[in-house]
Amino acid sequence: MISLAHFIVLGTILFCISVAGIFINRKNVIVLLMAIELMLLAVNMNFVAFSRYLGDPSGQVFVFFILTVAAAESAIGLAILVVLFRNRSTINVAEIDSMKG
Amino acid sequence: MTQQILFYAFAAVLVASALAVITVKNSVHAALCLVLTFFTAASIWILAEAEFLGLALIVVYVGAVMVLFLFVVMMLDIKEEAVREGFIRFLPVGVVVAVVMLAEMLSLIGVRALQAVPLPENPALAAGSNTSWLGKALFTQFLLPFEVAALILTVALIAAVALTLRKRSGVRTQKPGQQVLVQRDERLRVVKMASEAPSTGESA
Repeated sequence: MISLAHFIVLGTILFCISVAGIFINRKNVIVLLMAIELMLLAVNMNFVAFSRYLGDPSGQVFVFFILTVAAAESAIGLAILVVLFRNRSTINVAEIDSMKG
Repeated sequence: MTQQILFYAFAAVLVASALAVITVKNSVHAALCLVLTFFTAASIWILAEAEFLGLALIVVYVGAVMVLFLFVVMMLDIKEEAVREGFIRFLPVGVVVAVVMLAEMLSLIGVRALQAVPLPENPALAAGSNTSWLGKALFTQFLLPFEVAALILTVALIAAVALTLRKRSGVRTQKPGQQVLVQRDERLRVVKMASEAPSTGESA
């Protein structure tokens, strides 16, 4: 039988992969956004598992809201990215430094 | 037993595709790997008897958000070598941080103790199905957050349009705002003039 630990360990592994992704893809904003989506997925995995474990629908309702906010976040993030690329012709994070003091 | 085998198979695909997302060179391939990751995660949620969320993940993420990602990735002309620089330099740091974090979290969770507790009987069965179980909670206890979520989506929609909207010069377009604001005086001029006597045949 599948236990709670299976889901939690899977979520943990997924979260650590996305943290590593943020470290090694520091120059590529698109992959950074994808790593953030992966992180949210890992958190959602925990919510689903605990909701199922405790028999409480609140956890799954919360996943629903996280999905909503994540969709809004990625839409706005990608819009900012498009505007950034239009103005600077690059998405390299190292070259986006016009606001440095 | 079948469930366990399925879980391990899906988990392996999930971890492999998540690793591919952060390591492949081409951003389009990364986006496609992310599609596979979300699809596999949805399968695992359905295995955990969270059917509504599994299907919502497929519809919302695989169907909408990832298509948006692919759209943007293909629209932007990304120079791969510039974006990949520092990949090798940061790889050891990233791996070390991830492994240490994983070890810390797993030791904190206490996998052995949790493994002894199997998941209880599906609580949604009492309500009929997972969807009605969730729906009852969503539309009673969480009605206000639900409305706020709708508001957030509207704001995101408007913000995304407002951010990417640009004024092009040299394009002739209608401006409906100015069209409805037009006054009579701007279109019609009433000229005062002296009345003339009707002409009779003798003047010609």
